[in-house]
Amino acid sequence: MNNTITQNITWFKACRTQDVPANGGVCVKYKDDQIALFHFTRRDEWYASQNMCPHRMQMALSRGMIGTQQGEPKVACPFHKKTFSLVTGECLSGDECSIKTYPVKVEHDYVYVGITADENMEDMMV
Amino acid sequence: MKIVIIGNGMVGYKFCEKITAKAKPGQFQIIVFGEEIRPAYDRVHLGEFFSGKSADDLTLATAEWYSSNNITLHLGDPVISIDRENKTVLSHAGITASYDYLILSTGSAAFVPPIPGTDKKGVFIYRTIEDLEMMTAHARKAKKGAVIGGGLLGLEAAKAMIDLGVTDTHVIEFAPRLMPRQIDDAGAGMLKTKLETLGLKILTSKNTSSILGDETITGMQFSDDTHIDVDMLVISAGIKPRDELAKQCGLEVGPRGGIVVNDHMQTADASIFAIGECALHNGMIYGLVAPGYEMADVVVSNITGGSKTFTGYDMSTKLKLIGVDVASFGDPFVAGTDCNTIVFEDKIKGIYKRINVSKDGKHLLGGVLVGEAEAYNMLLQTCKNKVILPPNPEDVILGSRGGSESDGGAGVLSLLDDALICSCESVTKAGICNAVTDQNCETIDAIKKCTKAGTGCGGCVPMVKDLMLHTMKAQGKYIRNVLCEHFSYSRQELYDLVKMKEIKSFDNALNEIGHGDGCEVCKPAISSIMASLWNEMILKKGNDTAQDSNDRYLANIQKGGTYSVVPRIPGGEITPDKLIVIGQVAKKYNLYTKITGGQRIDMFGAHVNDLPEIWSELIDAGFESGHAYGKALRTVKSCVGSTWCRFGLHDSVSFAIQIEERYRGLRSPHKLKGGVSGCIRECAEAQSKDFGIIATEKGWNLFVCGNGGSKPKHALLLATDLDSETCIKYLDRFLMFYIKTAEPLSRTATWLNKMEGGIDYLRNVVVNDSLGLAQQFEAEMQLLVDSYKCEWKEVVETQELRKRFNHFVNAPEEKDPTIQFDELREQKKAKEWK
Repeated sequence: MNNTITQNITWFKACRTQDVPANGGVCVKYKDDQIALFHFTRRDEWYASQNMCPHRMQMALSRGMIGTQQGEPKVACPFHKKTFSLVTGECLSGDECSIKTYPVKVEHDYVYVGITADENMEDMMV
Repeated sequence: MKIVIIGNGMVGYKFCEKITAKAKPGQFQIIVFGEEIRPAYDRVHLGEFFSGKSADDLTLATAEWYSSNNITLHLGDPVISIDRENKTVLSHAGITASYDYLILSTGSAAFVPPIPGTDKKGVFIYRTIEDLEMMTAHARKAKKGAVIGGGLLGLEAAKAMIDLGVTDTHVIEFAPRLMPRQIDDAGAGMLKTKLETLGLKILTSKNTSSILGDETITGMQFSDDTHIDVDMLVISAGIKPRDELAKQCGLEVGPRGGIVVNDHMQTADASIFAIGECALHNGMIYGLVAPGYEMADVVVSNITGGSKTFTGYDMSTKLKLIGVDVASFGDPFVAGTDCNTIVFEDKIKGIYKRINVSKDGKHLLGGVLVGEAEAYNMLLQTCKNKVILPPNPEDVILGSRGGSESDGGAGVLSLLDDALICSCESVTKAGICNAVTDQNCETIDAIKKCTKAGTGCGGCVPMVKDLMLHTMKAQGKYIRNVLCEHFSYSRQELYDLVKMKEIKSFDNALNEIGHGDGCEVCKPAISSIMASLWNEMILKKGNDTAQDSNDRYLANIQKGGTYSVVPRIPGGEITPDKLIVIGQVAKKYNLYTKITGGQRIDMFGAHVNDLPEIWSELIDAGFESGHAYGKALRTVKSCVGSTWCRFGLHDSVSFAIQIEERYRGLRSPHKLKGGVSGCIRECAEAQSKDFGIIATEKGWNLFVCGNGGSKPKHALLLATDLDSETCIKYLDRFLMFYIKTAEPLSRTATWLNKMEGGIDYLRNVVVNDSLGLAQQFEAEMQLLVDSYKCEWKEVVETQELRKRFNHFVNAPEEKDPTIQFDELREQKKAKEWK
């Protein structure tokens, strides 16, 4: 896994900050893909990941409950409560699957999701 | 280095898992050839396929797992030859792969005895998911079934027949008793009796001479000139190692099959290994998964520079056969002068226990358990580790009868450090205790992650938990049922704190009595407590994102990501006009409709975007939320009662409606269901509910703490011959007491189970007001009743709340394009998930 994102990031304008519920998530449509975007209002931190839960291939993570495990931000899929780190994408419930995460930035009350240019987004689709 | 693995069964997969864990990145290039079209799945739990698990549920690792570990997986492509000279294999599809190490994990095939007619239609073997799929298709037309084989696999197949609806099934065993290799005559007799009470017909000492019928099976002929009529037969009489590839390339195989290996699981060709059911070690074929895993471990060790050896394996087993526990361990059959046997037999309950004790009374040599096998793990460890027996050895089988839980714990402590607790993953007692002391694992999940113990068959989990708790206690840790890392309180403590501090939002709860950011455990628990206390609209005050997903969308999420809609139909009574509205709404939004078990109508397949519109139409027609999505009162089921029924004593429908409307929307630690029956015939099944009311000549009998579900429990009688008013008073008290004191997600039955003094104590609190809280309970309940509002009505009327019911934040008008449906019986159904 290459976690160093240095070059070729396109910042996709997702929505206004106020469109995202406090301490919750929304689903962002990016081309033909779905990205889950989360606002940890208590820490004022933003995270983004694929919307599809890899366990049963359901477009659901944006509707999951967010929280932390030993301080590490995570999301729990509403279907079977599999939890994933929003930093590394690793499954924290001991499964082998993992999710893709994206960088996020906020400028002038708008939230942007960082897409790397070489990303083959089709991989994420069902 | 190149490794080729032939076979992708459980053991083949375990090899992949172990080698990737052990190898340095890039050290090995791994190619797997599997004959079946699916990646390795859990064959041990194959039977669960019939009880509703899908093929995917049984999958051990997804195709992505293999690719992300750089393992090339060729499925549906068996290897057809091995060229040992050039160290290559050739697959059916024509792929040639070269190897430095070749692992044969080809497993076994079902052994089909040479009986004429096994090729007829309706005759099956029980081995792969495909076999099961073919059985399922045939079973629809079958009425009378039979299984050849009364061993482990045969009885599993018989269970499968029952699950498939072929309840008239014979089990045919050649030997004079069931499970001849595992249990003794008396145990087998007890098992036979138990299985017969479940409807199976058991024929022992039966030799099938031919299978009757023209094209399709119609019956079976036995050598003693008897015959039976059957239209479906499953042969499950044993296994035959798949050694044909090995034989073909000149490797030695045993006279009755199996690839001959040494203690390193190595064949005569130093670069070829065999593991699992195809391997013949020291004259033994091991047909269980645990020794197969051990063999995989031995080979991984040997090709990564270690030198582990395989020295045989304990074949003790415990399993649940059609609801009957059966176990055997050590040497179950020893007899003669060097051993004493202790037997316990209870023909009423169908329990048989036998232990074989050494002549000096000090050691356990083996034994058999039928009907109750809770003590199995303890006995196995006592036997294997030669733990000295107590002065009265019978205590080890009699002591656990109805004994307290602490017995088991003390037993665990007496084990030696190297006692094997998890045999699937070879984890010792010391391994688990060290995980607790050194790695701070203080939950079962943490231990599973750290040691892998309990991740195989799961049978050792209770022992692991006991060990964990005892080790923690030994370290002087105070064990309290705290909610999670964010709140160091039990639910009952939290309830009091939230009330005293008047906490009304989750954020506030974190600030005042918790820390960190919360998680999927504490968020719904605190939300539920706040709802039980204040009965405020759950989606307000920023609490929407602290609700369980179903509560957040006020609907139940279903396969594929659509939701189901359940309007309240109190007591199951509905007018024709309202029925028509439901039909119209379902039609307009293309919803699948089904009558629920709680006498209402569920509409499935609604897009999240459509929910507010759907509810708006329902509310206009006079419906309100049914709270099917919440840990809340669901339904109060009723029979038609005295208004129509010639037996009815009172008007059960009116009373059910009154009660359902009183407690609608009541949030509680778990869901609540009720029922009211108009007479003793109990057509409303009220005794399977959290509270059930049954009419008597003089009034109502009140039952509490029952439930259906996976552990059905009959409700217990709390009070008799009540008038309606008193009945409701008692219900108020009972429900408030439950809401205040139960653990999160525990139903009333579980709550009562843990209550010291049980139903008598509860009766004292509710009926005799022993705590002096009755008035308070009633007042608190009245407050909740008075503050009830329909949540959906509030959403429909509040623009800000409606906005949250979109799939895409940046394209609110678009629905999730990935949602797909299939068709079934003229309605839609969710597309099967992967």
